[in-house]
Amino acid sequence: MAHFTKANSVYEWLDQRLALTKLWKVLAAEYWVPKNINFLWAMGVVLMTMFTILVISGIFLLMYYKPDTKLAFDSVNYTIMQEVWYGWLWRHMHAVAASVVFLVIYIHMLTGIYYASYKRGREMIWISGMLLFVTFSAEAFSGYMLPWGQMSYWAAQVITNLFGGIPFIGDDLVIWIRGNFYVSDPTLTRFFMLHVFLMPIIIMMLIGFHFYSLRIPHVNNQEGEEIDFDAEAEKYKAGLKKESKVIPFWPVFISKDLFVLGVFMIFYFYLVFYHYDFAMDPINFDPANPMKTPPHIYPEWYFLWSYEVLRGFFFNVGPLSAMDMGLIAFGIANIIFFFLPWFDKNDEVAPAAKRGGFFIWFWLLVADMIVLTIWGKLPPTGFNAYIGYVAAVGFLALFAALPAVTARKKGLLSLVILVTLALYIAGYLEYTKALGNGIVIIALFAIFYLLFFLNPVFVKNRGGAQ
Amino acid sequence: MRELKILAIIVVLVGITYWGIEPYAHSKMHPHHEPATFAYSDLKAIALNGDPNKGQQAIMNNGCTGCHSIKSQNIPAPMDPVTASASYGVNPPDLSNIAAVVDHKFLANVIKDPVKAFKLSHKFNDKKPFPMPNFFGSDQDLADIVAYLVSIAPKEVSPKEAYETACGRCHNLRYDHWTVIGEEPKFKTEVEKKQFELKLAQYESNLKKYLGTTPPDLSMFIRSRGHEYIRDFVEDPQKILHGTAMPRVGLTKEATEKVITYLEKVGDRKKEKRNSLGPWVLLYFVIFSILAYLWKQKIWREVH
Repeated sequence: MAHFTKANSVYEWLDQRLALTKLWKVLAAEYWVPKNINFLWAMGVVLMTMFTILVISGIFLLMYYKPDTKLAFDSVNYTIMQEVWYGWLWRHMHAVAASVVFLVIYIHMLTGIYYASYKRGREMIWISGMLLFVTFSAEAFSGYMLPWGQMSYWAAQVITNLFGGIPFIGDDLVIWIRGNFYVSDPTLTRFFMLHVFLMPIIIMMLIGFHFYSLRIPHVNNQEGEEIDFDAEAEKYKAGLKKESKVIPFWPVFISKDLFVLGVFMIFYFYLVFYHYDFAMDPINFDPANPMKTPPHIYPEWYFLWSYEVLRGFFFNVGPLSAMDMGLIAFGIANIIFFFLPWFDKNDEVAPAAKRGGFFIWFWLLVADMIVLTIWGKLPPTGFNAYIGYVAAVGFLALFAALPAVTARKKGLLSLVILVTLALYIAGYLEYTKALGNGIVIIALFAIFYLLFFLNPVFVKNRGGAQ
Repeated sequence: MRELKILAIIVVLVGITYWGIEPYAHSKMHPHHEPATFAYSDLKAIALNGDPNKGQQAIMNNGCTGCHSIKSQNIPAPMDPVTASASYGVNPPDLSNIAAVVDHKFLANVIKDPVKAFKLSHKFNDKKPFPMPNFFGSDQDLADIVAYLVSIAPKEVSPKEAYETACGRCHNLRYDHWTVIGEEPKFKTEVEKKQFELKLAQYESNLKKYLGTTPPDLSMFIRSRGHEYIRDFVEDPQKILHGTAMPRVGLTKEATEKVITYLEKVGDRKKEKRNSLGPWVLLYFVIFSILAYLWKQKIWREVH
């Protein structure tokens, strides 16, 4: 047992029992962060702040919210918005933070991809981050349902219906999830539980895990430089602050974070007070009405890209219906980012700008996701349907191409590009109804494959790369 | 410098995405319609140089008060709202301040041919006549009646009065305790409450039979539809919602603005508070950021 002596102060008393000094060193004063980072690395602190705001404002909302289909709408729009002191402020802070948090998550994620922060020892950071993304999505969706407005109801109808596409158990699964044969009171009550209890607890545990996963591989930096953290930390502690490549989290790193956070909070509160409507769909201010379908059903902006991957496939191919293909693509889109560390065959940790083909790949991905997001909200009619198809196939193709891009296999890359182009042409013919059915499309595939294997240039390239 | 470049890239990408989702997709989802002019140019102009005294006579002689009350002139309603709704589908409006909210040309046309002025010919015809009959008197009589209604109308109506006259007999506004049969009273007993609820239910059921659908509660319309939509919709519902049972109510531009003001007062009660608190919170974070920046500069001077 440890040896305890009489403490001379409260701090000392606590320090003997809780090792406060040591804890502070490990968590802050000697938690080493590379000096060579930019403000994109402050997104973690911004996210943490947003999550804290969500939890606290959520607790206040929880005091007055009624998870009952007859009371929910008025408890939000009347009780909280009009009767409760500053209820409107808590609600707007909650709604805006819920939306903005995704903007920051996407910036955080794309930063990780751009600087290759997901590889060589940092895989667990990436995976725990992606798990956070998925749980945040579930949290956002279950929260969006609670005001029981028109879009809450119809989005729930559409999203829960997706599970019906799972083979064999689909139909029963949908009923099990809804707790009824259609979206109704039991659905609202269970999503309420998920939103205020289960999901937040999982998120908190994952945040803890995400931080923990940083301890050994440490944070990446702007140049992808491999730093000997122990050696650099010794330099810093010896007073060679300017020479050392690392800085402690407290107070050096946090001082920059706080500035970034302050600027971000100006933006955030500007939205809360003057532009809260960007986060709240006007249609959701109509009470849920199962008898009246809104003209357009679409998710919140942060789900639009994967929603468009789902909607992108607009024609059947043989036995596969457009809906099945969409569902498969949607399923892939939602898990594919998890596998990024293994799809990227290059071991080099460096910013995309220094990685040639990967640089192009990264910006194509960003552009494609923006196109998917915008077209996810446009009515899927006319030429929009074809653009959605191009972007959805493009998204899958980008991930199919990633191993070829990073391993510099030109032949393989050409194959992916050819297949993608073939799919685009087939889709265009289908769109213009110039050619009627999927058999032709499959034939087109076959031709391209044959061309590929017979073409000596490609064959040679493939051999050469190995 | 590099950080500003990164920030610029993020701002541009977020800006493009936002523009695509909001104004662009929004404009594609909602078909364009002409903005409201309140000119009612499809209606025939009627000379409005009537004599109010003759108009008063005409109102009596033509039996207007058989259905309509004029409470400001001590002419009570012949029936209570629920009975009236059982006979006509909806309680006919009180005429005390009708000329203060409804366009005068429109008013003359409504008296002459209600179905045409209300734009309800898709719902009412010879087989299913409109509850209010056409007026077969001369144009001079019409001008006299309008002149009388103008003479008794108050110069100024409150936003709430404008709403009650224009919308209040079909649309509840539960966030301001307004029901289609009037202001919800403070109940002393449970029996009183139940009796009121019964009356309301009977009225609503008659209304539903009459219109084919229950008109929506408008409490949140300022949030779900917004100013512009409400303005254009009030001017001509058919223009936006083809085939709707809602009549064109013929409000003047000013009366429409009053209705919108009232809807905003009810649906967005905290607007003033938001606007008065906002600058202080923003100021706090501006100061916070400046101090944080100075602190950062001080600390980083040691490590750079």
